[in-house]
Amino acid sequence: MARVVARRRPWLWLASAIVVVACAALAVAIWRNPNIDHRIIARHQFAPAILHGLAVTVVLALLSAAIGAVLGVAFALMRLSPSAVLRGFAALYAWLFRGTPLLVQILFWGNLALLFQMLGPFRTNDVMTPFVASVVALGLNEGAYMSEIVRAGISAVDRGQYDAALALGMSRALAMRRIVLPQALAVIVPPAGNQFISLLKATSLVSVIAGGDLLTAAENISSANLRTIELMLVATFWYLVLTTLASLGQHVLERRLARAGAGLDAAN
Amino acid sequence: MLRIAGVRKRFHHDEVLKGIDLDVAEGEVLCLIGPSGSGKSTLLRCVNHLETIDDGHIWVDGELVGYREAGERLIELPEREICRQRAKVGMVFQRFNLFAHLTVLENVIEAPIAVRGISRGDAIHAAHELIARVGLAAKEGAYPARLSGGQQQRVAIARALAMQPRLLLFDEPTSALDPELVGEVLEVMRSLADDGMTMVVVTHEMAFARDAGDRVAFMDGGVVVEAGPASEVLVAPRHERTRAFLARFVGAHQDGSARAGRT
Repeated sequence: MARVVARRRPWLWLASAIVVVACAALAVAIWRNPNIDHRIIARHQFAPAILHGLAVTVVLALLSAAIGAVLGVAFALMRLSPSAVLRGFAALYAWLFRGTPLLVQILFWGNLALLFQMLGPFRTNDVMTPFVASVVALGLNEGAYMSEIVRAGISAVDRGQYDAALALGMSRALAMRRIVLPQALAVIVPPAGNQFISLLKATSLVSVIAGGDLLTAAENISSANLRTIELMLVATFWYLVLTTLASLGQHVLERRLARAGAGLDAAN
Repeated sequence: MLRIAGVRKRFHHDEVLKGIDLDVAEGEVLCLIGPSGSGKSTLLRCVNHLETIDDGHIWVDGELVGYREAGERLIELPEREICRQRAKVGMVFQRFNLFAHLTVLENVIEAPIAVRGISRGDAIHAAHELIARVGLAAKEGAYPARLSGGQQQRVAIARALAMQPRLLLFDEPTSALDPELVGEVLEVMRSLADDGMTMVVVTHEMAFARDAGDRVAFMDGGVVVEAGPASEVLVAPRHERTRAFLARFVGAHQDGSARAGRT
């Protein structure tokens, strides 16, 4: 019986070794760096102020994602509407909010009082607190991106599905809800998951209007103790925890949708 | 059962239906034949108002489809009314259009529950029977992607039947099938015809039109060139255009099982 000997791949081994050594060197350089005080990190990693900021970041992201999803579906349907006015308005919205920096949008909503002193009967500064301004800015921005994602998802569903639903006597709204959107979801979820991960990190931008998020909390502490790097690392740890959890959630959701879509769990 | 009178339809400047008149009696099977682009499918889609019309009238079961008359004008009905009318007319598509995210059983019970408002239990009970009738009782839990084209089309027929339609429309139901799968679908359609279902079938299956069709209408260029009993139109066509069209299906005439070529 012949013995199978795989082809030798020395370059693969070398490249792997270089990567391992480089990573180890970087880890040591950071760990033993005299400019990083690990006790500061340990003390603040679970500090109440940081955890509060973390909670604000999570709430901000979830609220903005919810607003973005609702706006995304609404504007996507407008983009596909027979009315040129609705189509135009939805296109304008996407153009404006995707075409300007998120940071500028956040500053705009945070400084709305400079433009309008009153919002109806209310004083702008009472209504547009930094937190509200953050949610509005992130939600509207998210909605613009989600509208493109949802539109692509709906467009990806074969027109025949909609025709078949109508032919069975379903109303357009029912056909959209029961037949088209559930199938569009399989196309929407992967980019929407990426969008949510972007959003988690984008919440840090609201620190420019003192939005009270994780980065704001870290900066508040570092501006007092001047331990900028340590507190950035504290915040970084939590951002990685959040984005990792979001990635896992996205992965699970995608697998479930793919299974239903491909009919792999069919009982036959 | 179905009466089409003076129906015209334009897509932009292109007139695809130039005044169509057709009648289908209760229990009758009308086969619409003709070259691609002759307006057959568009006419079918007008019958359940998937397409609007620009002139003329379509009545199903004595009821004007999609519009109400106000003097000289036809005013489009509100969506609720149109949905009610569509629920009475079943449609089977060339590309099956089974709901890809639902199993066979779910495809069949979806509209009876969501549109007719019958209970889930009753819907499932009725669906079992219909799915068995098209010979797919073993596939109730399968998703459409797992079925052959012929099986999908048979499910699509069961799905249409589940709404207890007064009229069934078939839009080239076998054109997207591999040749060996055509027979099983035509067999189901024949059995429906035998049971007295009123059907309008757009088809290139001349053998089916001859055997199962009571009447045949030949369409070309947006008009009905000739219509009459299947034996007359297919065997002894009066118009030159019909003859020229049918000449391409000679093989199907000589051998009842042969499949007509696609146009």
